[in-house]
Amino acid sequence: MNSLSDFVLVSAMLFGIGVYGLVTKRNALRLLFAVEIMINAANLNFVAFGQYLPFENGAGAVPNALGQTFVLFSIALAAAEAAVILAIVVVAYRLHKDVDVSELKSMEG
Amino acid sequence: MVLTVGSAIVALEAKEIVYGAIGLAGSLFGVAALFFLLDAPYVAVFQIAVYIGAVAVLILFTVMLVREEKWAKEVPVTSVTRIAGIMTGLAITLAVAFAAVDTNLAQFGNVVNPATYVDIGVLISTGDAPVLLVLGLVLAASVVGALTLSRADKEDKSQ
Repeated sequence: MNSLSDFVLVSAMLFGIGVYGLVTKRNALRLLFAVEIMINAANLNFVAFGQYLPFENGAGAVPNALGQTFVLFSIALAAAEAAVILAIVVVAYRLHKDVDVSELKSMEG
Repeated sequence: MVLTVGSAIVALEAKEIVYGAIGLAGSLFGVAALFFLLDAPYVAVFQIAVYIGAVAVLILFTVMLVREEKWAKEVPVTSVTRIAGIMTGLAITLAVAFAAVDTNLAQFGNVVNPATYVDIGVLISTGDAPVLLVLGLVLAASVVGALTLSRADKEDKSQ
């Protein structure tokens, strides 16, 4: 497995698994897992396309670092997001003694 | 590839949520291995350091510190929801797979001109420098937000 389509296929599978988790799970931590898996699928796509499709200028192909740079930012953002979600989960657990998102009704409009 | 996809399924389907967290760490590690295969070692090491070193451990500690039996007990999903989830995930996967085959992405056989550390460094410190600054602010804000959340909870308890 070395061609671009292989990496895109793995990424699509990961994204599908993440969507399945988002649709079926009600536990807040499982939802966090699903979101992290989907973020990783997107990151994989960014790096794969960035590496396989170099920029073309007049002098020839130039290395394309844009995908990798985006992924570095994305990983940092995902870490911050995970920290905030975990804090919310812990507070919700202390207040409601439950992490089932369908039971957390105090924020419903 | 098998490690990545298999661990992702374990992360969502394991009975005990601790095993789910370990499965997630395995899946993240698999993605890091794919980054190595893509000639992107810097991103791969970053992924291992940040995701497995910080996020996965943070999740594990959160689960272990405040876990009760209730956490392990999953609310049983109805078969309709499960089938709907499987169909949605499969539909998205198949759509992207057909697009990848149809656009003949397999013609890109190997990485010809991989970006190096220098390229990434130049891009981060020149063109994308404002993004880096904003990202630092976002990280600081998220840390402050997380701390405020836990502190507000303590104040609630003391009242």
